[in-house]
Amino acid sequence: MSAASRVAVAKTYKIYIDGKFPRTESGRYFALEDKDGHVIANVSRGSRKDFRNAVVAARNAFGKWSSASAYLRGQILYRIAEMLEGRREQFIAELVTQAISKRRAAAEVDACTDRIVYYAGWADKYQQIFSAVNPVSSSHFNFSVLEPTGVVAIIAPDESGLLGLVSNVMPAIVGGNTCVVLASESLPLCAVSFAEVLHASDVPPGVVNVLTGYRSELTTQFASHMDVNAIVYTDGDPEVGKSIQVEAAQNIKRVIARPGIRWDSETSQSPYLVQDTQETKTTWHPIGA
Amino acid sequence: MDSQANKLAFDLAFDDGWRYAPAPESVDHIRIDEQYGLFIGGEFVAPEEGRYFPSINPATEEPLSNIALATAPDVDAAVAAARKAYGKWSKMKAAERGKLVYRLARMLQERSREFATIESLDGGKPIRESRDIDIPLAAAHFFYYAGWADKLEYAFPGRTPRPLGVVAQVIPWNFPLLMLAWKIAPALACGNTVVLKPAETTPLTALKFAQLVQDAGLPPGVVNIITGAGDTGALLVNHPDVDKIAFTGSTEVGRTIQKSIAGTNKRYTLELGGKAANIIFADAAIDQAVEGIVNGIFFNQGHVCCAGSRLFVQESVADEVVQKLRERMETLIIGDPLDKNTDIGAINSAEQLERIRAYLKIGEEEGAEMHQSSCPVPDRGYWCRPTIFTGVSQSNRIVQEEIFGPVLAVQTFRTLEEGLTKANNTAYGLSGGIWTDKGAKIFKMTQGVRAGVIWANTFNKFDPTSPFGGYKESGVGREGGLHGLAAYLDLEAQRS
Repeated sequence: MSAASRVAVAKTYKIYIDGKFPRTESGRYFALEDKDGHVIANVSRGSRKDFRNAVVAARNAFGKWSSASAYLRGQILYRIAEMLEGRREQFIAELVTQAISKRRAAAEVDACTDRIVYYAGWADKYQQIFSAVNPVSSSHFNFSVLEPTGVVAIIAPDESGLLGLVSNVMPAIVGGNTCVVLASESLPLCAVSFAEVLHASDVPPGVVNVLTGYRSELTTQFASHMDVNAIVYTDGDPEVGKSIQVEAAQNIKRVIARPGIRWDSETSQSPYLVQDTQETKTTWHPIGA
Repeated sequence: MDSQANKLAFDLAFDDGWRYAPAPESVDHIRIDEQYGLFIGGEFVAPEEGRYFPSINPATEEPLSNIALATAPDVDAAVAAARKAYGKWSKMKAAERGKLVYRLARMLQERSREFATIESLDGGKPIRESRDIDIPLAAAHFFYYAGWADKLEYAFPGRTPRPLGVVAQVIPWNFPLLMLAWKIAPALACGNTVVLKPAETTPLTALKFAQLVQDAGLPPGVVNIITGAGDTGALLVNHPDVDKIAFTGSTEVGRTIQKSIAGTNKRYTLELGGKAANIIFADAAIDQAVEGIVNGIFFNQGHVCCAGSRLFVQESVADEVVQKLRERMETLIIGDPLDKNTDIGAINSAEQLERIRAYLKIGEEEGAEMHQSSCPVPDRGYWCRPTIFTGVSQSNRIVQEEIFGPVLAVQTFRTLEEGLTKANNTAYGLSGGIWTDKGAKIFKMTQGVRAGVIWANTFNKFDPTSPFGGYKESGVGREGGLHGLAAYLDLEAQRS
């Protein structure tokens, strides 16, 4: 059989929850079209039930992931970078189908790999930057360390389908948080493929959960869920920011706004993004016999 | 201890021979004006609408002074004064700014006795606590942050810290001057200007502090102090020309603030409620632990957001701990806050007393067993005997909700894991206590309890260098230490 007559196997883009790739509970999808109006893929229209399931998975994964050693988390992040590098061509091709030039697509994939390596390296270092021994005046040993805040809901940037997602997920998980991330609505394909990379990289199930769907349907769910500890968003629209903070106040979520950031810039990566989803814990103990 | 010895200790505690003669702090050196205006732009001014409210001594129910009620035009004026002062203050040479903050620390130390006495008069807390804890710690806070003023660039690698602007600060009535210090000291050191509202039941030390700000020669408008209740606080928080909110108070109000400033670019830090677990293992030094439990829940009448209000005792020592706790509770002296022998002062207000009493009723209705000390209580004033509840369960309201009074709920656990699970079964996460002699267990527990401050083999310790603040619904951000600076600085990366 000649290559020309072979029918290509099209990929079904599903969502990623608890280390599995289920179909969306909604049973619905939205069609992603190329500039000529041809359907590239049917993308899962994630529902609030999907989101709730993802939060349960993230919560269940939190205990082990947050207590994993920094060295191990660093190794696993580095492994993600290795896996992504290995699939470089696939990701470039996928970005190109979403109307991104080949040159830009290659730059984005490479930037992602480098960003993951960057955060992998922080795994066993940020604690040393941000922790402190506090010289209290009484006879106590007193120190402050960072601990992950818990389950982080991330509404990934719309305009940067892969790099924007990676740039927000990595600083959350390198610090021991687990997360549920809503992929870019207009550039969702590489997010699902990135979940496959995570799946192949020893990232424990539930640590990262990836949904696709409509922001208009899911943003409120992300912001209001009572078992989510922090919400990260990048949308610069003040109305969106307002509604997120109003919903987040239900359980005093940490609201982390990162609008207007160029994710392809080096200044968009820093240990302060790791610190954003961390809590400071201070411990006292008497010194004496 | 065997039961006979126990009984003996119990009898001894009751004996009249254990009574102390009264040793009240003198008040002849205290000056409280009949009336206080609002401190705006470096001057005391009358409130625009001319309304005043009394500040009551909760131990006598007598009014101490009349306090100005700030309404919208007053809030506008205070914020405008802070805005006007901001330009010069933020550009002042940092070392010079620091020296002015140092002055505040020194002047507080010089006048510590006056401040301590007024704090106890206005708020009802025992003079021993205001004298040995509130006022010295407040002064230490100013001293600590003064030194940061010209060192900020060392605190945040790779960042250029800049002040935020005008800061609105709303503080509670449980540690009036100390909370003022927690708020004002870092704000000033970082180059911000301030409008602060103390609680309506305890405004006096803040107003005395305003006089000190004048004496210290701070530029007018750098510190503004306005008085009033929740309405005034809401006006301040929602003022459009405020850049940052720092609030300490209930989770309910914190939630309202987080909502009400949504859609603005205001930064915020919230230090909210708590329901701390104090966890006693069988291998703990039990007598020390009992002291820690007492300090944890009865310090400042239990008006402490980080109070150890949920006690978890390992089952094998539960009877012993509860017995010793009840004996110790009997020895606590309740009464005149100005008496140096007093352990438990007055409940801060009639409203708070009512709230605590409602919870005592709820506790009994939920089927818990209530134990109160039998100590005599003065006829006038607002008082609540130290109280413990046994036989409570996780779902009881007295276990889940913050009472903010001298009320302890006791539960038991068998394994470490059970203790940890029960301790973390709360929406709050401000503080926690661990009592055990095993080092490895201490670290297992201090890591496992989801809260911002953990005391191991101690409780309710505070220091300016030590960050304080909560996980979960206990708040956002930290106060104290290097971490407390971040709340008052813009640390955004410079956009390239």
